[in-house]
Amino acid sequence: MQMREWLDHNDARPGEDDDRATGYPFGFMDEGAKREVRRSILKAVAIPGYQVPYGSREMPIARGWGTGGIQITLSLVLPEDVLKVIDQGCDGSVNAVNIKKFVQAVADVEITTDTRSATVIQTRHRIPEEPMTAEQILVLQVPYPEALREVEPSEAETRRMHAEADYSRMWLFLYEDIVKYGEISISYRFPVTVNGRYIMDPSPIPRWDVPKLHMADTLFLFGAGREKRIYAIPPHTRVEPLEFEDHLFRVEDFSGKVCARCGASDTFMDEIIDNEAGERLYYCSDSGYCDKRYGQCNNH
Amino acid sequence: MQQPLIKVRGLSKRFGAGCELCLSSTGPDRESNVCPHCGSVVACNDVSFDLYRNEALGIVGESGSGKSTLVRLLHFEWEAGGGTVELHRTAIVPALDEIFTDGADYSANLLGLSPFQKRQVRNALMGIVYQNPFLGLRMQVSSGGNIAERLLGAGWRNIGAMRKRSAELLERTEIPVERMDEPPMNFSGGMQQRVQIAKALSNNPLILFLDEVTTGLDLSVQARVLDLIRSIRSEFNLSLLVVSHDLGVINLLCQRTMVMKYGRVVEAGLTDQILQDPQHRYTQLLVASQL
Repeated sequence: MQMREWLDHNDARPGEDDDRATGYPFGFMDEGAKREVRRSILKAVAIPGYQVPYGSREMPIARGWGTGGIQITLSLVLPEDVLKVIDQGCDGSVNAVNIKKFVQAVADVEITTDTRSATVIQTRHRIPEEPMTAEQILVLQVPYPEALREVEPSEAETRRMHAEADYSRMWLFLYEDIVKYGEISISYRFPVTVNGRYIMDPSPIPRWDVPKLHMADTLFLFGAGREKRIYAIPPHTRVEPLEFEDHLFRVEDFSGKVCARCGASDTFMDEIIDNEAGERLYYCSDSGYCDKRYGQCNNH
Repeated sequence: MQQPLIKVRGLSKRFGAGCELCLSSTGPDRESNVCPHCGSVVACNDVSFDLYRNEALGIVGESGSGKSTLVRLLHFEWEAGGGTVELHRTAIVPALDEIFTDGADYSANLLGLSPFQKRQVRNALMGIVYQNPFLGLRMQVSSGGNIAERLLGAGWRNIGAMRKRSAELLERTEIPVERMDEPPMNFSGGMQQRVQIAKALSNNPLILFLDEVTTGLDLSVQARVLDLIRSIRSEFNLSLLVVSHDLGVINLLCQRTMVMKYGRVVEAGLTDQILQDPQHRYTQLLVASQL
């Protein structure tokens, strides 16, 4: 059964000839719930990097599949918004497509794959390659909001550590990494200091995307539905990856690698192994950006 | 005359609900620290003393007498029930000028500071060595990392500089520097104790708490650890608070000694005086049985 049918079927009033889901408030969540999420967002923006607890609602998908991001998106969208949803850079993955369809059904928004024309972008584990503007909002889905969880299993204790800015154990973890491997071995979820105060988990974005958070024009909102936390990076906020004076943060190195589809050499790339030819190929992880470049090349 | 580095007055700690009769029905005279009326434990009651610079003060007593409780309270690990701890102005805590009011020689009561401020005081001024190295060290983290943790807490962000400092301290405490990246788990008890001492010294503390540091070590290792403590005291100009039930250790390290029993100080004075001419019945028993 399609979701469209299910919504119609379960509607007390017979479905009108309308593209929107009937029997549900605009944006699926009731007004009280949306208001609570918005209040939490405001608090998160006021205290950059601080994890604001909120009452995560049941969504029609399982917790851990982007429910935090969906709740933020649903509480923000207006019918005139243009929505883009990506999953690890890809507009066409099952998860991204489902979320897109759902938001469209309950909030009647326009859908796009173009980063520039979107007003709200919900993303799992990537930040789009094209620079975003002050008019746009990026909503990130977060599986583990607590950056200190790696070094401290107790929630009470990590809250105390945040409250007192007691971060020596996190730094110790990085020190040990450097002693063992010669550099920090965290490839994604690289911890950052926000506005010189809180250590924050930037969600599992690759290192490549971390510098995009620093002094950006865009508002970044982070939603963890299962863990019931919302946090934010307001525009023009300092976001510094944890680094040592003699071991500086660096992003992934793709020098010499070119996207096999669009020819880009300045993007975050996925490695694909062609079994038949035994070749290693690289493709842009950001499919919307790749499509755009590919289209431009083919038009010439 | 020199002014004390820290002044401790009326320090108290009670575990349990507590009642009005707790204090009057416990103590050395009652031969108990458990209140018969409410079952609370009076771990430490009305302890007052001064600690001077470059001085070693011993605290001696049987197990359960409140020696370790006292150290935990002063190290801000446990919340004190009452009392004051004041710091002399010469002990400078970076970024914490606000605890000294203008013109006063002594700080505000340290026990009344926020947890954040307490940690700053602890990071800047204090070091601690526990009887059990598991309490003071992260056994799975390298020895160098254990030392670096305190430096990181104090804002160091240069791996090379931290490793240099760790190597110096390990060398000073006679741990082979090439074993710096090994976890203390791999070390013998005496070596673990020396790594703890290196860790405690990493932030150049003014005050070092030693909680039964040599208990459980064999005699030759004990002697080396005590030797080390004696030499670092003069080298780093440290004030030591030495907790031990072993009068030999106290005799070797401390100029002054307090004797505790059932949470109270029963006798205090020069170590020689206490050992040669004990006044309190319990001290007499202690000296007679050990020397």
